[in-house]
Amino acid sequence: MTFNFFMQNFINALQWGSFYALIALGYSMVYSILMLFNFAHGDIFMVGAYIGLGIATGLLALVGTGAAAILPGWMILVLTILISMFLTAFVGIIVERVGYRPLRDAPRASAAITGLMIGIILETSNILFLGGSRLKFPQLIESVTYNIGGVFVTNKKIMIVLVSLGLMLALHQFVTRTKYGMAMRAMAYDYLVIPLMGVSMNRVAAMTFAIGSALAAAAGILFGLAYPVLDPYMGVSFGWKAFVAAILGGRGSIMGACIAGFMLGFIEIMTVPAIQIMNRLFELNIGSNLRDLIAYSIVLLILIFRPHGLFGEAYSAKLRL
Amino acid sequence: MAVNTDVKNKKGIRSLFHKFYGGAPLLSVLLGFLVCTLWEQLIGAALASVLLLPKMPILFGLVTMSKVFAGLINLIIKGAAFEWVTLIHVPMALIYFGVIYAVPLAIVIRLTVKPANAVAGFLQQWPLIVTALVHLGFIYAIFHFWSVLSDYRLISLKLTLIAVLLTLSLNIINGYMGEFSCSHPGFMAVGAYGASLFTVGLFVNDKVLGDALLGIPLAYLTFPFALIFGGLCSALAALVVAIPSFRTRGDYLAIISLAFLFIVKSFFENMQNLGGARGIMGQPDWATLPVIFIVVVIGIWAINNFVTSTLGKALNSVRDDEMAADAMTVDTRKTKMVAFLFGAFWAGLAGGLLAHVLRFINPAMFGIQKLAEVLAMVYFGGLNSVYGSIVGAVSISLLGEVLRPLEILKWIFIPLLLILVMIYRPTGLVAFKEFNVRNVFGPKEVK
Repeated sequence: MTFNFFMQNFINALQWGSFYALIALGYSMVYSILMLFNFAHGDIFMVGAYIGLGIATGLLALVGTGAAAILPGWMILVLTILISMFLTAFVGIIVERVGYRPLRDAPRASAAITGLMIGIILETSNILFLGGSRLKFPQLIESVTYNIGGVFVTNKKIMIVLVSLGLMLALHQFVTRTKYGMAMRAMAYDYLVIPLMGVSMNRVAAMTFAIGSALAAAAGILFGLAYPVLDPYMGVSFGWKAFVAAILGGRGSIMGACIAGFMLGFIEIMTVPAIQIMNRLFELNIGSNLRDLIAYSIVLLILIFRPHGLFGEAYSAKLRL
Repeated sequence: MAVNTDVKNKKGIRSLFHKFYGGAPLLSVLLGFLVCTLWEQLIGAALASVLLLPKMPILFGLVTMSKVFAGLINLIIKGAAFEWVTLIHVPMALIYFGVIYAVPLAIVIRLTVKPANAVAGFLQQWPLIVTALVHLGFIYAIFHFWSVLSDYRLISLKLTLIAVLLTLSLNIINGYMGEFSCSHPGFMAVGAYGASLFTVGLFVNDKVLGDALLGIPLAYLTFPFALIFGGLCSALAALVVAIPSFRTRGDYLAIISLAFLFIVKSFFENMQNLGGARGIMGQPDWATLPVIFIVVVIGIWAINNFVTSTLGKALNSVRDDEMAADAMTVDTRKTKMVAFLFGAFWAGLAGGLLAHVLRFINPAMFGIQKLAEVLAMVYFGGLNSVYGSIVGAVSISLLGEVLRPLEILKWIFIPLLLILVMIYRPTGLVAFKEFNVRNVFGPKEVK
């Protein structure tokens, strides 16, 4: 029983962690290029989810009227993900253009403030235009539950984990194999010299924001599939937690962000069964809603003993120009 | 002194303003405001009814105008019914502002320039404390007479004063020491719970914390101890962030402080002995205007002294170059420790005051939203500056109140304004400016 119980939680944690990992990637990539955190990223995740909602609804309506060829549900899902990734990328580019490009030489904290404020504007405009009520994300694919040796797995969970892993792999290939990826890596290596080599800082920064936002949009739609209720403030808690994951993974490390995202998911999900087991073994009475407290205490401890994150290089503030 | 020659020779409104008011010391400005508030006491209500205003305009008529504006916006966006009669409130509020504030202020300041300069000069021969006390007495009188007219004025004044203290305490860490600390709402929460535990636990019969342990008369005299207790709790909690800051800087420290914020919030949500997510209610009504005023003044004084002291200079050196500071025999560990603990102490004090103004607290009050608000105040006003913190806290609080009739649109206007300020003045409106009390209170030369 305990093994099944553990496996069940393990799969939940994989799903939960893949959201964190996808969002954390956006933070981490922007950080590696600009040395700034895009605090509007959590809200871009929210915008991506809403754009996905709009497109999914639109496509379903098209199918319903017969104006389009009859599409199967998974085709609609793929189309939704692709179109909303594309559209949300532009949101990211606009955020960069408005909030970050004018502040490239300013103190870093100022850009953090503009990011926060753009986030608030995105939330508020969502409330203004959509009325602030919670919206239901349409169920595009039938939910099928498999019973593998007593562990219940839905096809959605498998799909979510696979899609996010696939996106991470694609990003890895992009960064390591293409010319643009090389430009990004070079810019992360030294953003003072590389612009002298004919690589445009502005273009690379915009591209980074676009890619990060597209990943956040994918995360938003996957989140909508798993937990089909969207509200305008869904990006706040998610964004900040993914931010924690991005830092935990190490400064600007893509692999670090992925692993730390999954790790944060594991810590959050596993705390509850761990508390239950502890209670049973030692006859304690700890409330299982201590999840956040324990999860962040672990994060705090990790950062105290590894001050540069899991995969970050030791760096000193003195070397940064 | 204040009027430099090139301004004097130029033509235009600005030079005219300088000609008339350049030599006005703070004392005459305060006197002007005092006269205005007394004048409003005398004829405010009557004038408001003559001008067809529903009631006396609060916050200098700005709220009245923004209400009309909000009505117009609702008309345009939603097509909601708009009473065109209310349009008349705009010029009427302006007239009210002119009659009550602008004109008397202009007259009194102009008339009292010379005597006020003489008095200020005379006061300056005495120790600084005398001048300071005279000015603070004036400021308190203005606050008192201004806020006595309505409860709304009183509560917004109280909250603004608390925001000033909070912003200053964050500016120590984020401005003077140059870290990006996100833990301030957490410090506030600890202070608020500490002070509430002291007052509610000892002197109030409460469902959560049980019957009063002590029931002595004149219990409100212990309120300072409650506040200090809250501040000390908060300083103690700040060790969680201060100790990692020895090895960690920048973004990692930001995360540690953010994690601290989440931990504190989650801790209070789960402590059923402290009311859990519902929090503590029924704090005694001890945070009156004089109490808050005194605490905030002491806070400004202490923080200003701190940042201009040797230790304060050490803070700046740690911000600019930690290694060089270390080489110059600055004890960086001690500096960071003191800054965090000192900032947290005042944040805790502000939290305690807030708890006793609102008379309830719950963990949800001290979340990310509060963090965004405090950060906005610090970065709007200006880093590394006591002036800046005061300007930032007052203007963001005032904006929040003035734009309240716009409801949700408020959260578009305020962020937009902040983005603009950040783009055009990245370190804030009045950053890196020293706050010299002697110059502020002293006489100005009349040209």
